[in-house]
Amino acid sequence: MLTEFHDALKDPAAYGKRLKEEGGRKVVGYFCSYTPEEIIYAAGAHPFRLFGAGDGIHLADAHFQSYCCSLVRGALEGALAGRFDFLDGVVFPHTCDSIQRLSDVWRMNVRGHFHLDVVLPVKLNTDSAKAYMTDVLEKFRNDLERKLGTSITEDGLKKAARTFNDIRGSLKRLYELKSENPGIVSGADLYAVVKASMIMDRDRVVRLLPGVVRELEKRRGTGEGEEGKRLVLAGGICNHPDVYRVIEEAGGVVVWDDLCTGSRYFEEVTEGGGSPVADLAGHYLARPVCPAKHSGLYARAERLVEIVKEKRAAGVVFLFLKFCDPHSFDYPYLKKALDEAGIPSMVLEVEDRLPSEGQLTTRFETFVHMI
Amino acid sequence: MSQVLLYLLAKVKKLILHFKKQNKMKEIMTVYYMEAKSARVGGRKVAWITSGGPVEPLIAMDVIPVYPENHGAMIGASKMGVGLCETAESMGYSTDLCSYARSDIACATVNGGPIGGLPRPDMLVCCNNICGTVLKWYEVQARYFDVPLFILDTPFCHVGFAQEAKRYVRKQLDEYINFLEKVCGKKMDHDRMKEVGKLSLEGQRLWQAVLDTTANRPAPMSAFDAFYHLALIVTLRGTPVVVEYYTQLLAKMKDRVAKGVGAVPNEKYRLLWDNIPIWPRTRWLSQKFAAHDACLVADTYTSAWCGTMKYIDENNFFDSMAEAYTRIYLNIGVDEMARIVIGMVDKYRVDGIVMHSNRSCKPYSLGQYDIQRIVEKERGIPSLMIEADMVDERSFSESQVATRIDAFMEVIKQRKS
Repeated sequence: MLTEFHDALKDPAAYGKRLKEEGGRKVVGYFCSYTPEEIIYAAGAHPFRLFGAGDGIHLADAHFQSYCCSLVRGALEGALAGRFDFLDGVVFPHTCDSIQRLSDVWRMNVRGHFHLDVVLPVKLNTDSAKAYMTDVLEKFRNDLERKLGTSITEDGLKKAARTFNDIRGSLKRLYELKSENPGIVSGADLYAVVKASMIMDRDRVVRLLPGVVRELEKRRGTGEGEEGKRLVLAGGICNHPDVYRVIEEAGGVVVWDDLCTGSRYFEEVTEGGGSPVADLAGHYLARPVCPAKHSGLYARAERLVEIVKEKRAAGVVFLFLKFCDPHSFDYPYLKKALDEAGIPSMVLEVEDRLPSEGQLTTRFETFVHMI
Repeated sequence: MSQVLLYLLAKVKKLILHFKKQNKMKEIMTVYYMEAKSARVGGRKVAWITSGGPVEPLIAMDVIPVYPENHGAMIGASKMGVGLCETAESMGYSTDLCSYARSDIACATVNGGPIGGLPRPDMLVCCNNICGTVLKWYEVQARYFDVPLFILDTPFCHVGFAQEAKRYVRKQLDEYINFLEKVCGKKMDHDRMKEVGKLSLEGQRLWQAVLDTTANRPAPMSAFDAFYHLALIVTLRGTPVVVEYYTQLLAKMKDRVAKGVGAVPNEKYRLLWDNIPIWPRTRWLSQKFAAHDACLVADTYTSAWCGTMKYIDENNFFDSMAEAYTRIYLNIGVDEMARIVIGMVDKYRVDGIVMHSNRSCKPYSLGQYDIQRIVEKERGIPSLMIEADMVDERSFSESQVATRIDAFMEVIKQRKS
């Protein structure tokens, strides 16, 4: 049932290449879940999310210092090594200081595809920011039309919003099923589904996901037995599926998350009512906020505590990418909010590789026993 | 009670300063901090503002602006950075975070540092034209002090300033005024704002003129002097004291030029500095380079406070602020930064570049390698990369840096001979 998702993740670039060759579709790479992928999809192109390279980083060292995060260095490494040559274009949404400079350095050093910046607002909770967000998305639409030599229609945008709403809705349903019956699917499997949904052909994903939902619904009530300690995983991007397995082996189970490759991506859908672009703008303003953006002083802590309570979790595991400023800055205040609510938490800071498994297991076991 | 004393002392000192017309930096800054610390006695409000933020509306509203970044620099220069950074780390802040932010966040809780902490803010004004870090830092402080926060969101200009960004920033300037009027409980005096705008521009012109004097051989002052004199254009931009101070400083520099007096006694080599100073080590670095007869004649940092004058409309300062504050040095693409560096290489006729790869400042440091390559290619001059931090001395290895400077100066000397 999940083979197709796992296969896509084994070699995302190979998947992207194949899609391009077989489907005859243009492939547009992007960073960050704030990229309005609906507009790329509505242009008839394939939105393909880019993640860090993971393994050895050498070429990027000529451009970025060691105190730049492995996501940014790894992505540049991939580009310089030619692993993204199949892309027709790359989109850089404004997020953090490092992605911002990645865009510059990429534009100056990587050839062969178009380059678009989507300079999104950083504050999201004012009327002027809303107007600006709409302007920026409209501009992105025009830019893409020009770069791809196509036109993006109102109907196309509406269909795109529906497709991505369906995808997000299904992912949310899968998370709910897992949360209610943690034994029916492993964390690593669920992670693969979410991440692959950002890489695979969305028309395929939107058809596959309901099948996965049905399958998991069928499994309800089975796989009973011992349930691990219920945990919430919080942080930026999770590039380490092994984390789920190690947590499970240590006696825990991830029942929800606050991740960019998780609930922040799918928890809200695009509401209709206005023009398609304005509706999309509304979605990106209202979705769960990333720490690189501002939507009130307490939004993130309130949401995290709410998730823990709603999902009846026993604790939170913060998973941070080393050198990720926005997440590191929020940590003390999130931790304080959890402490005040009596929710235990632990931090795992990861560079491009996980710590040794033994070390990781010990840390998770200690935490699980403590809560 | 102590605030009242401080307030009276500030008044007296100001009066003395006024009559003596000495305008010594230390006295101006002392009066400034004393006034800020006793603001409540004088019935004035205090706003904390980012170094790249539009301070002019605050001055026009008679609000005292206070700069946590300037405070961070003071903490660094007085070598109190490590202790405060460690305090922040014990509060849960990662060692990889900006050391200005770490030391300021820690300082607020312990009232430590060289001036016993900053005066409590009545409001916070955060302009993200310098980095995304200030947004997080000001969020932390807004929660800690429980005061209103205004965010001026200046979209990044990768390849120019988009129309929609211009509209957005201009609209936010109105929101900024509304915010100030609400917090201060009074209306903005727009005539006063115009006056402040004129003074700000005048201050910027004078500061640029001061920096321009170092195009002379020998340079009458060095970048290390500029780091010192910079404080006023950052903190008191838009007030007459800045105009007065830089007028005098300019006259002094012109006099030195006329007499052929250089900052480095035997200036043979001219260098350009890139990035924020390594505050705890400015003296050491200055002496180190001077020992090689090298003068750091210019830098990309101090010129940032007068780098966007071309966008300012003298007769419409307020409206044109939108563009001037959005297009500052750190809010533009790496390629445009490289062009500015090349412009400075030519203007100041430098023999090499010293780049501070600053762990604390990603917008400034990420992209430096590319700038380095572009400048080396286009102007054929060597550059040195120093790995350090602006405040946190734990990231500074004196022996390593000394060796690298010696080796770099050998290259420069060979090329010149």
